Amino acid sequence: MATPPDAPAPPDEFGGSRRSHLFRDLFRQEGTKGVAVAVVSTIVVFGVIVYVVTHSPNWPAVKHLFFNGKEFVSTFPEIASKFVRNIEYFLICEVVILAFALFLAVLRSLPGPVFFPLRLMAVVYTDVFRGIPTILVIYLLGFGVPALALKGVPSSATFWALVALILSYSAYVAEVYRAGIESIHPSQAAAARSLGLTRWKAMRFVVIPQAVRRVVPPLLNDFVALQKDTALVAFVVAVPEAFLQAQIFQQGDFNFTPLLCAALLFLMITIPLTRLVDYLLARQRRRRQAGSAL
Amino acid sequence: MRRMTVMAFVLALVGAACGKAASPGPAPTTAGADACAKQNLQLVNDGKLTIGTSNPAYPPYFVGGHTAGSPWKSNDPHTGKGFESAVAYAVANQLGFSKSEVAWVPSPFNQSYAPGPKNWDFNIQQISYSPQRAQAVDFSDSYYDQSEALVAVKGTPITKARTISDLKPYKLAAPIGTTSYDVITNVIKPTQEPRSYQSLADAVAALNARQVDGIIVDFPTALYIADPYVQQVKNSVVVGQFPPQANSEYFGMTFVKGNPLRDCVNKALAAMRADGTLQAITKEWLSKKTNVGEVPVFSTS
Repeated sequence: MATPPDAPAPPDEFGGSRRSHLFRDLFRQEGTKGVAVAVVSTIVVFGVIVYVVTHSPNWPAVKHLFFNGKEFVSTFPEIASKFVRNIEYFLICEVVILAFALFLAVLRSLPGPVFFPLRLMAVVYTDVFRGIPTILVIYLLGFGVPALALKGVPSSATFWALVALILSYSAYVAEVYRAGIESIHPSQAAAARSLGLTRWKAMRFVVIPQAVRRVVPPLLNDFVALQKDTALVAFVVAVPEAFLQAQIFQQGDFNFTPLLCAALLFLMITIPLTRLVDYLLARQRRRRQAGSAL
Repeated sequence: MRRMTVMAFVLALVGAACGKAASPGPAPTTAGADACAKQNLQLVNDGKLTIGTSNPAYPPYFVGGHTAGSPWKSNDPHTGKGFESAVAYAVANQLGFSKSEVAWVPSPFNQSYAPGPKNWDFNIQQISYSPQRAQAVDFSDSYYDQSEALVAVKGTPITKARTISDLKPYKLAAPIGTTSYDVITNVIKPTQEPRSYQSLADAVAALNARQVDGIIVDFPTALYIADPYVQQVKNSVVVGQFPPQANSEYFGMTFVKGNPLRDCVNKALAAMRADGTLQAITKEWLSKKTNVGEVPVFSTS
């Protein structure tokens, strides 16, 4: 099933051509002449943007405030050292969210009148937590719960801020899972049932594995957002992570460049993550297609 | 025609001012004669030093309480009680005014720098000097260098701290981008990473939730947070205040631009600093008799 290098990308199962591989598609679909046009067009567009920005009347002031090399060099190491905290928060949350959100989605997909209250709970949960700003949940739990001074309840703001992130993001991720589950044709579950699988087993072995595979890209979307929102934890914890450290520099030096440092650190995680998932999806597709060719 | 009217008006003004200066006044008590002699001062009300401040006037700057029949709502500045009232009367004394020759008029903060004629000679209401503000009004020299203070919860170990190094082992917090935060990182240098909150409200909430051992805020704010009637943090106390930093903000009295009285008040303030009057007043009203009780100054050793 080898594709000739200059053949158009194969249409996917919906009949459209994939545009997910920016550079490879360009070469395959447009040929050498097309590539040349693309290069010239890119240079012109970016050239005009750069020219307009750098020749605006106040560019030196803006450059000094936002793209200050000296400030960048002096603040980057400290901000980078605090980025470990963001990664820590992110990893802890992600693991819990993946499990908890799937649980919510399954609750919501339970059939039959007996499970109505569980479905109702799952619906109310997602509606409420998707509807209120994450920062409010973080404040409410991070400051509110420790202030109750309840015996036996953790009093750490970090703990509660992470719980808040998990609650909030689980609502989004549960919806993504649910969309995945609902996208699996009912005939799949019916076929599984006719083979003698119980409802639960059909869900567990037939529906969920296919559903999860389908929703990996939107899941990644939510995790990129989560990665950025780890900065909100510092609002109640106040121990500097990358963004708060950047803010401290920003307010101390009256310069926005430290925020750029923090942004770069976030990009250094999210861009490779996106590319990795692109790659995994492509590999998966290749395998599926190879399987269907047999 | 119009120009003539204006000229006449200006002449009349000058005449009035000259007349005022020439009018005989009570014998001067200050040694320095010339411009700052009492009879030579140009005042809005003859023979009286008229001072503006906000109404209601708040503790610890004004603590006299309400006087029956007076327009002053919570604290009557005529009592001389409270930090700014005491400073104003001490300055008046230096300029040669007796207590009965000092009059107070209500003056909202915004009016203190708004253009136009004023019904006071100077204004005193915790106005911090800034170069921008100094373009609109003239400021006297500092009569108070802002200090930072530590607020904590009664009975916690940190309340026993007396020196700055006593504070090192604690979890301390301040709002981001404030001089208070700089005090933590530059003066205290604690062993635990300092907390930096997005706002004063967040820092207060953190102390309420016992996330930190103490918060550093500017002194007037500390007095407000721990005020017995406010208690933004339950059972809070102001543990102590820090000696003013080199670049501290300061309060100055404000004058209509170009008012020569400013230089006389500066001379009076310098004299009060030299003989310790100002320090004594500061200690009495901003350390011993604050609304939260005595607030010691942390020693640097």
